[in-house]
Amino acid sequence: MPYHSIVLVKQVPDTRSITGEVMTKEGTMNRSALPAIFNPEDLNALEMALQVKEQHGGTVTVLSMGPLQAAEVLRQSLYRGADRVILLSDRKFAGADTQATSYTLKCAINKIGAFDLVFCGRQAIDGDTAQVGPQVAEKLGVPQITYAEAILRLEGGEIVVQRALEHGTEVVQCRLPCLLTVVGSANQPRPPSARRRIAYKLAAVPAETLARLEQWSEFESAAALESHLAEHGLQITQWSAADLDADPAFLGLAGSPTQVYKVNYVVLEATESKEIPPTAEGIQALIEELMKEYIVG
Amino acid sequence: MTENRDVWVFIEQNEGQVAEISLELLGKGRELADTLGSQVVGLLCGQQVSGLAQTAIHSGADLVLLADHPELAQYRTLPYSRVATDLVCERRPYIFLIGATPAGRDLAPRIASAVQAGLTADCTDLQIGDYLLRKDNRLYKDLLYQIRPAFGGNLIATIVNPETRPQMATVREGVMRRLPADTGRTGRVEHITPHFQAGDFALQVLSRQVRPPTIHLKDAAVIVAGGGGVSSPQEFKLIEELASLLGGEVGASRAAVDAGLIGREHQVGQTGVTVRPRLYIAAGISGAVQHRAGMDQSNKIIAINSDPNAAIFQVAHYKIVGDLSEVLPLLIQALREKTK
Repeated sequence: MPYHSIVLVKQVPDTRSITGEVMTKEGTMNRSALPAIFNPEDLNALEMALQVKEQHGGTVTVLSMGPLQAAEVLRQSLYRGADRVILLSDRKFAGADTQATSYTLKCAINKIGAFDLVFCGRQAIDGDTAQVGPQVAEKLGVPQITYAEAILRLEGGEIVVQRALEHGTEVVQCRLPCLLTVVGSANQPRPPSARRRIAYKLAAVPAETLARLEQWSEFESAAALESHLAEHGLQITQWSAADLDADPAFLGLAGSPTQVYKVNYVVLEATESKEIPPTAEGIQALIEELMKEYIVG
Repeated sequence: MTENRDVWVFIEQNEGQVAEISLELLGKGRELADTLGSQVVGLLCGQQVSGLAQTAIHSGADLVLLADHPELAQYRTLPYSRVATDLVCERRPYIFLIGATPAGRDLAPRIASAVQAGLTADCTDLQIGDYLLRKDNRLYKDLLYQIRPAFGGNLIATIVNPETRPQMATVREGVMRRLPADTGRTGRVEHITPHFQAGDFALQVLSRQVRPPTIHLKDAAVIVAGGGGVSSPQEFKLIEELASLLGGEVGASRAAVDAGLIGREHQVGQTGVTVRPRLYIAAGISGAVQHRAGMDQSNKIIAINSDPNAAIFQVAHYKIVGDLSEVLPLLIQALREKTK
C-alpha cells in the first residue's frame, strides 16, 4: 500500500568548515563566511522517505522552515525526487527555539493533511539539540522512533525499525502514523538527478520569482513569469504565519520559553605552555620530561 | 504562594544499575538545591527497581519518586513520558535534569513539549543566577543558567527559561562530578501509580542487542586524539600506534568522525565524551570550543598542529608546531627508545 511521507529539513550554516576566516581576530564570527548547506542527517531522512516511496508507492512532501534562502534545500529535495516542497517563511517565525519551531512545523503538517510517516534528521549541526523531532511527534500526538537506522518492514499500518544506540541496536515495532529521526549511518543519500535538476532548476518561491524577473526579459511581468512557473509545476509553496492555523503566542521568539541570556565569544586564557620544536631532539627531550613527571612510562 | 524550588533528576537505570550520568546529576542537583534551599527529587522508573532508590539517596536525593511497573521494565518513550509528564504537571518542579543518553535525549524533549517547558541540550555547566528581562525590566532571581557551547561549538551561550517551569536541561556523562556515596544519608521513597493510556503502548521493543563498549575513553589515563588535520587513514594509523605504545585510548574530534576516519564512540567533546586523562595528545585538532569542553581538564595536554594560531594551543601545556606525518613518527620513535 502507498504511504504518504513528510520530511522535515533544515538549511544550516556549515559549522564544520569554520576556519580562521570565519572567526575574526576579536573572537566574533563572520556568519556570512559560512556556506549554507542541507543539514546532513536531513538528507538521510529524505533518502529513507524516497526509498519508502520507491518500494511502496505514495508521496514525499518536504517541509522546511527558514528564510527565503532556504528554498535552496527544497530545490535540492526536488532534484532528488520529492513530489512537493513547502517553505515556511515569515518574520514571525524568527528567533524560534525548539519548542516554537516544533509548534510551527506541527501546524504546517496539520495543514498538509493526512500522513503515515514523518522523517527528520536526528539533529541539525548548528544546534545539535536533537529536540525538534521528538517535540514535533509529541505535538502531533504520534509515537517517535529516534536514531532510526533502517526500516526492516513496512506493512499495513505497522513499521519495524532498527535503531542505532550508543552501545547497541534495538528493533522496535510501531503503529502508524509515527515520526522517525534518522541517523547518518542509515544510508548513502542519493545525489541530485541530472534530469530532475534541469527540470526543477527554476523552481522558486514567489519572492525569488520577483527577483528573477529582471534577468528574464522574455517575461513582461511578474504575473506572466509566475503563470509560466505555475504551469510547469515550478512554484514552491510558501506559507506564512497567516496561512497556518497557529496561535501567534507560540511562534518565533515570543513562543520560545528559552532565552539566550548571553553569548560569550570564546576568548581563551592561554595555559602556560612550552613550545617544543618538531625535531628528533625536541621530541626526545619532551618524552624525557614526561617520564620524569610520571606522565608517561 | 511561593513556587517550590525542587530540583528533579531523572534516574536512568539499566539492568538493575543506576546509570553513571544519573549519579553525576544527583551530585550537581544537590549543589543547586543547596544554593536554592530546596530538595533534590529523583524520578526512578522501572520494574523491581525499588532497591535503587537508596543508591539515589546515598548520592544526594532527599526524595525518590518510584514508579515500579511491568510496563516500565525497559525504556520506551511513551510509558516513561506519561509517568514523568503527569508528575511534572502535578508538582511543577523548579528544575528537571536528565542525562543526555540515547534514552534521555529521546525522553527530555517529549516531556518538555508536553508541559511547554524550555529545554537546553548538552549543557556543560549549570549555575544559579539572576536575569533581567529587558523588555519589561523585570528581574528574575535565582534562575538556572544553562551553559553550553553553541554554533558548532564556536561560542558559549548561557540560556535561561524565565517564565516556564520546570527549567529543563540535559547533560552528557562525565561533565559533572558525582558525590562519594554516603550510606549514612537518609531520604524518603514515595510510590507512584502510573496512569497509562491505551496509546502509550503503540510501540513494542522486539529485540535489543547491547554491545559492551570496546573503548573506555572516560576512564582512560592517556588519550591520543586525531582531528580534521589528519589527512588520511594511514596518518590516523600513526595516532592508533602512538596510543597503543602509551597504553592509552584513541580519541577524535568531530571533524575526524565526520570525515569517517573513526567511529563516533571515539568522539571527545560536548556532543561526545568528556575526559580528564593524565595525558591528552591532540593531533591535528583545531580546538573548537565543542572539543575543548570535553578535554580541557586533562592533566597534561600536548597539541600538535601545523597552524601556529590553532585554538588548541591555548589550552596546551606543550605546543608542537609541525606536520603530523613528521611529528607523530618522531614521538613513536622516541617512546620506543626510552621504554625499551
